[in-house]
Amino acid sequence: MTNHIVERASARLNESTLLEMFWGMLLSRRLDERAWALHRQGKIHFHISGMGHEAAQVGTAFALNRGVDYIHPYYRDLALSLAVGITPTDFMMSLFGRKDEYSSGGRQMPSHFSSKDKHIISGSSPVATQVPQAAGLAFAIQYRQKCGLVDPNDTSQPRLALACLGEGSTSQGEWHEGMNWAGVHKLPFICLVQNNIYAISVPLESQMAVANVADRATAYGVAGVVVDGNDVLAVYDVMVQAVQRAYSGGGATLVEAKTYRPVPHSSDDDDRSYRSREEVAEWKKKDPIMRFQNSLLEDGILNDSLLHDYESRARAEVDKAQADAEAAPLPDAEEVFGSVYAPLEEQP
Amino acid sequence: MTQATLIDAIRMAMDEEMGRDPRVFLTGEDVGRRGGVFRASQGLFDKYGAERVVDSPLAELSIIAIGIGAALADLRPICEIQFADFIHPAFNQIVNEAAKFYYRSNGEWRVPLVIRSPYGGGISGGLYHSQSVEAFFAHVPGLKIVIPSTPHDAKGLLKSAVRDPNPVLFFEPKKGYRAIKGELSEDDYTVPIGPARIAREGRDLSVFAYGMMAHYTTQAAEKVARTDGIDAEVVDLRTLLPLDKTAILDSVKKTGKALIVYEDNRTMGYGAEVAAVLADEGFEYLDGPVRRLTGLDVPAVPFSHHMQEFFMPNPDTIAEAIRELAGY
Ligand SMILES: Cc1ncc(C[n+]2csc(CCOP(=O)(O)OP(=O)(O)O)c2C)c(N)n1
Ligand SMILES: [Mg+2]
Repeated sequence: MTNHIVERASARLNESTLLEMFWGMLLSRRLDERAWALHRQGKIHFHISGMGHEAAQVGTAFALNRGVDYIHPYYRDLALSLAVGITPTDFMMSLFGRKDEYSSGGRQMPSHFSSKDKHIISGSSPVATQVPQAAGLAFAIQYRQKCGLVDPNDTSQPRLALACLGEGSTSQGEWHEGMNWAGVHKLPFICLVQNNIYAISVPLESQMAVANVADRATAYGVAGVVVDGNDVLAVYDVMVQAVQRAYSGGGATLVEAKTYRPVPHSSDDDDRSYRSREEVAEWKKKDPIMRFQNSLLEDGILNDSLLHDYESRARAEVDKAQADAEAAPLPDAEEVFGSVYAPLEEQP
Repeated sequence: MTQATLIDAIRMAMDEEMGRDPRVFLTGEDVGRRGGVFRASQGLFDKYGAERVVDSPLAELSIIAIGIGAALADLRPICEIQFADFIHPAFNQIVNEAAKFYYRSNGEWRVPLVIRSPYGGGISGGLYHSQSVEAFFAHVPGLKIVIPSTPHDAKGLLKSAVRDPNPVLFFEPKKGYRAIKGELSEDDYTVPIGPARIAREGRDLSVFAYGMMAHYTTQAAEKVARTDGIDAEVVDLRTLLPLDKTAILDSVKKTGKALIVYEDNRTMGYGAEVAAVLADEGFEYLDGPVRRLTGLDVPAVPFSHHMQEFFMPNPDTIAEAIRELAGY
């Protein structure tokens, strides 16, 4: 085999796209921080955070045909969901459980992202259930192509399915069975494992006997890649290849983004019992947003005044989202009865 | 009209629906070249190809999850679980996922999925090829559950299931696959999911049953009519979820007595709900106890013949239960 020097796909990103990526990460972070604050103020009942995972998610989102390709996210995917079109107001409405909340009408806990319109599949709380389902979505894409029901090059149609989950959740049988289908049928499928080395309190080494989740790719006959999940452009590069593989009939990719969760598992967790403050402090130095910000500043793509503008804009958007959500009414109790069965008339 | 078996009807329904709608496909273990271990899909692989009749890996939760994903993407999967006994690994995907998608997305994401599975005893299948699993799922709003007992209903209900925008569990009484025969039309008809069917009209008492037990109950009712002059009404519930309460109450309003027959374990079985509906909403109509004739409260159906037969209600034990209640 010859070694090619492959140009990094991210090298072709123009300045405005790079800034858009930075903005996506920053907005997600500021929104996330506000959620923690709201919880401490006793204004909301629950928050589960995507902090620290922003690079893995935004790098992924920008490699996809956003809003068209199917994504089946998990609860940390705030930055991913924002990049695909969920708004800060949508998210705030979930935090406050408001009437007509976008994902579920206020039924689901926050961070259970869903939008049919944007091809974001509704997720549940039992971990890893989304993986074989996303393989099913990829199966449907392949089925339509094989049966001549869709043109494989039609970019207005979904051409791959992405599932996201944490490394701990890969211990579930659902993950294995989903990966196995993806391999057997060479599905247009990407599994993004956001490896933050803990599943609540349980460390990686109690979860698996191999060093990398991606090492298991071989067992499924899919491509496996490990990437620095705190480097947004590195993630983007890896994802562009995975997307090309899926689009071109080359099959599935297991991408493992190594990252860290600098905050407790959720607003109900206290992480001091299972990891040292030193460890957390060490990882905070590798914060993906600071890292991208510094590199953009160094390259002269970002400057202090632009950064200041972004920060003000983020604050204003988060303020407005919060105000809108707080002003919105709660669902009526009787809404509990809605949407149990789809009526037969809906059958196309 | 031809005479056909239950399994012929199931095959014909799948064939017709696959012919009608290119989004309909079948997956499950051995459904392809083998045509299913019971041959429910015999000939479909040759007719529709490997793209649409897909041998799955030997992994039940993924059979259902792949179906869910495909249904979310607006295909119309029919997922076969080879024996209902093996559906348990997929419980999470059925109960937490398929049943809750529409609700949890406030009506955005639909799961038009059919899960077909042979269930029930009497075929020397032992503990793990004889189970009745309907009660586990009948507790879950968001699912529909159908159990046919005639070829006509099997075809019409399965075609309705494929066209339904909700997840439908379609349990097939495997002992009846070839034992139950009846008229079968080649027309494109459907039988709606929901309404029960009066299998035999009668005045003296009502017997509620489904699947193989509905078939046996009809035989038992004919027998007691001849031998004892008892005129039993047989109500084939055929849709278990949602339950046709009106049919149950209307029948008992007429007869005043109710017997419920099911082959599942007795305690917390499906018939307990039928009895509760009668106690709650039909109390005024009753002039006798609500009786149940059921499988036994042991962990499963044993293999050895005498034990197996002792476990299951049959036309004789049903006839005896009818006589006993009629004489009350
Ligand atoms: C099936 C199931 N078991 C347990 C839980 C409770 N739980 C929620 S998240 C979690 C840890 C998940 O860890 P990981 O997959 O590494 O993702 P992370 O939260 O670290 O991103 C657990 C145990 C659950 N949601 N689902
Ligand atoms: Mg983790």
